[in-house]
Amino acid sequence: MAGRSQKRKMPVALVAGLAGMALIILVAIFAPMIWGTTAEKGTGAIRSGASSSHWLGTDSQGRDVLLRTLVATRLTLAMAFIATGLAVVLGGLLGTLVIIVGPRLQWLGARAIDLFVAWPPIIVALTITAIFRPGMVSVVVAIGVAFCPQFARLTNTLATSVGQRDFVNAARLLGLRGGMVLRRHVVPNIAAPVLVLTSVCLSTTIVTMSGLSFVGLGVQPPSTDWGQLLALGLRSLYQNPIESIGPSLAILLTGLAAGLIGDGLAQYGEARRPTARAKRVKATTVGAAERVTLSADIDSSAVVTARNLKVYAGHSQDDAAIVQGISLDIHPGEVVGLVGESGSGKSLTAMTIAQLTPPGLRWTADALTVAGNVLAEGTPVPKQLALDVGIVFQDPSSCFNPARRLGAQLTEAIRVHKKVSRRDARAMAVRRLREARVSSPERRLNQYPHELSGGMRQRAMIAMALLSEPRLLIADEPTTALDVTVQADVLRLLKQINTDHSMAILLISHDINVVSALCDRICVMYGGRIVEEVSVDALRRGEVQHPHTRALLAASPRPVAHIPSADQPDESGPITVGATALRSRQGI
Amino acid sequence: MAGVQTLTTQRSSPGWSRLLRHSAFQQWARYLAGRLAGVVAITLALLIMTFLMVQFVPGDPARNIVGITATQAQVDVVRAQLHLDDPVLTQAWTYFSSVLQGNLGKSFTTQQPVVEMIAQRLPLTASVAVGGLIILLVIGFPLGLAIGVLQRSGRAARTTTAFTVGTSLFGALPEYITGTLLILVFGLTLRWLPAQGGESFQGLILPALAVALAPAAVMARIVRNETSAILGEEYISTARGKRISTVRLLITHVFPNVVTSTLTLGGLLLIALLGGTVIVENVFNIAGLGTQIVQAIFASDYPSIQGIILVLGLLATLVSLVIDIVLGILDPRVLQKNGLK
Repeated sequence: MAGRSQKRKMPVALVAGLAGMALIILVAIFAPMIWGTTAEKGTGAIRSGASSSHWLGTDSQGRDVLLRTLVATRLTLAMAFIATGLAVVLGGLLGTLVIIVGPRLQWLGARAIDLFVAWPPIIVALTITAIFRPGMVSVVVAIGVAFCPQFARLTNTLATSVGQRDFVNAARLLGLRGGMVLRRHVVPNIAAPVLVLTSVCLSTTIVTMSGLSFVGLGVQPPSTDWGQLLALGLRSLYQNPIESIGPSLAILLTGLAAGLIGDGLAQYGEARRPTARAKRVKATTVGAAERVTLSADIDSSAVVTARNLKVYAGHSQDDAAIVQGISLDIHPGEVVGLVGESGSGKSLTAMTIAQLTPPGLRWTADALTVAGNVLAEGTPVPKQLALDVGIVFQDPSSCFNPARRLGAQLTEAIRVHKKVSRRDARAMAVRRLREARVSSPERRLNQYPHELSGGMRQRAMIAMALLSEPRLLIADEPTTALDVTVQADVLRLLKQINTDHSMAILLISHDINVVSALCDRICVMYGGRIVEEVSVDALRRGEVQHPHTRALLAASPRPVAHIPSADQPDESGPITVGATALRSRQGI
Repeated sequence: MAGVQTLTTQRSSPGWSRLLRHSAFQQWARYLAGRLAGVVAITLALLIMTFLMVQFVPGDPARNIVGITATQAQVDVVRAQLHLDDPVLTQAWTYFSSVLQGNLGKSFTTQQPVVEMIAQRLPLTASVAVGGLIILLVIGFPLGLAIGVLQRSGRAARTTTAFTVGTSLFGALPEYITGTLLILVFGLTLRWLPAQGGESFQGLILPALAVALAPAAVMARIVRNETSAILGEEYISTARGKRISTVRLLITHVFPNVVTSTLTLGGLLLIALLGGTVIVENVFNIAGLGTQIVQAIFASDYPSIQGIILVLGLLATLVSLVIDIVLGILDPRVLQKNGLK
């Protein structure tokens, strides 16, 4: 939908494929008219190699292979188009039929189609040629029938899914009539994938049909298509190898052109998704970066010391800086919040401190020390950092590897770096999970991430981050992806960890409320730099200077809350204390 | 001390692990039941299809078998042999029951029992297909993985472009053209390997290569795309945060996910390999099922055609069953999604 407004460039593959196909169609139309008779005329030169008069040699009867190949384009292409058309129509009918017959048969029909798709088309094609005897018509029918299950499945899935999509319902609500809904919303969404599959199918059809002709089951002499020409070429491969080049090239190029159209269409239709986190961060340009003087001496007791930290997109010196010179200290036991709108560079700053800068980005700093590890760009990251820094990501559903059990993932870092035995590591994991209030921790270790609820997963993530007893915990929007009821619990858990272990926390959020509930100090980021640094008490009193901080406060729906101190009763089992309950406890 | 604690916690909750094992077992049982139902359904479909094949033949199938010059008496003999004069349902019963008893009839051209013919020829077809499968996996996975990692790191743009162009070219090469070119290069010009396929190991190298190269290129592309996508996932950031070695990261965190998504997307490639084998046998003159079925179709030797199609169809079903089981082992989420509901 979004792609409609901005003009999209046609992918190279689509342009090349369309141009190639147009050329081939022109050959198919005109070649038989021009060379139709010359191609079949034998000359004295039998099985001659490539020469100026016969570019691709001659066959056993002295006929020019290049001309024969060009002339055979028409029949080959026509057969391929008809067979593909047959597959589209038959498949479409079958797919629709399956939907019409009613829910119970529909399920059965869909399963049956699935089974047929998983069958090599050549088996069906061979059966049909066996019924009707080898020949031109039977091979076209055979290929058409053999490829129709793919279209049936596509039609079936598309028709069932498109009708239920939100925008179709929205259009209905807006009062569009049935026909309009179909034309404006359903057809465009079906047409694109069908077109892609059609071009891919055309490519496979040409190749498979030529294959059947090649083994002798397709076009019979005196008609000729590429597959048959190739079979002739193979027969004289020993005497005149050049003879098989012409038809081979023709099949290859036509298949390639149709395939490129399919690839190109698929690219064209696909909304471009951002692949890296980096791409979501938009580079903002707010004047030139001023140099921060290094007058402030580096505090050796600090967990994090960053001086003039910059992150660039790209490798050259003049690339735009996304983070434009940040200086930050975090002391042991301190909870520091990094707030700002999306794209302000807060996540990138945190990830650079954790040394997880996405690929394609580059960082520099006058000084960067994290938990005693002096970091410099281009030097290998000390392994110790894995143990000193724990990280909690935003989305607990995507930050665990779906294919591995939780136990293996939780204990990996300490097992690799501290050489803790499997058994001890698991015992430690169980303890941390219990501390993070994950229910039945022993069982969790043997479970896969998808078996846990979102809140449980985030707790498990926190437990994993705690396992090596890090000096710094970086929490990147730890509550954004969670339910409101779970959010408060996770925040309370973080607070408790901070008090129990006097662990420093760097909390990233776009929500100034979340941050002020937990932090001692808040850094407000805007356009890649820290525009204001303020203590939470000052924030509560409303003593803020920068207009952006005010804007953030004003945008916040709730008054600045205060998280209860960590000495809350330790609830075990499902915790249902929500944000509302939390606030009422504050007397708000 | 920590160890002691595990022991006690484990002892205190013995029910959990038993329950887990129990439910995992149930999940698997349900999943396998679903897959096996599919196998049964496809076998039934194969039986019906091969039976109907003879019914749908325009004109008299028996006449096709004996030829135009044969006498009516000869035609009648064949009709009786094929039970063509029985009512259709009786014919179907005769066919199904004899197939289920392992009797596929006799070839009309060689008078050899079809089961015997298949037993002779299947090993060759299977070795070409299995050889192709091995080549496909050995080329497709490492290549795609390497390029995916390169592409993700943002370096070597030229290599990745060359890979894209190369794989689309190879992917479009049909197996019979690949076969012809391989014969030309390795059989006739370099004379390293025999141009005619045979039962020897050397004779099977070129056919297996011919079958595998195009799907390997497509597979490599899928693996490349999947690797690249997976390296952008958040859980890879999590794993990176653990500062484990790149090799460990690739093997334990990237590879299992690449295998699952690639098999889901590219499983059909492995099945299509069987179809390629049928054609390639004709290029290399291998005495397998592929050459036999072409001859049988020309001779209207229906029992042979039926037998070979049954075997090929069952092989395809077997391959997809194996893929499903591998997927279930690698990614337990599949078990929940695709169980028999």
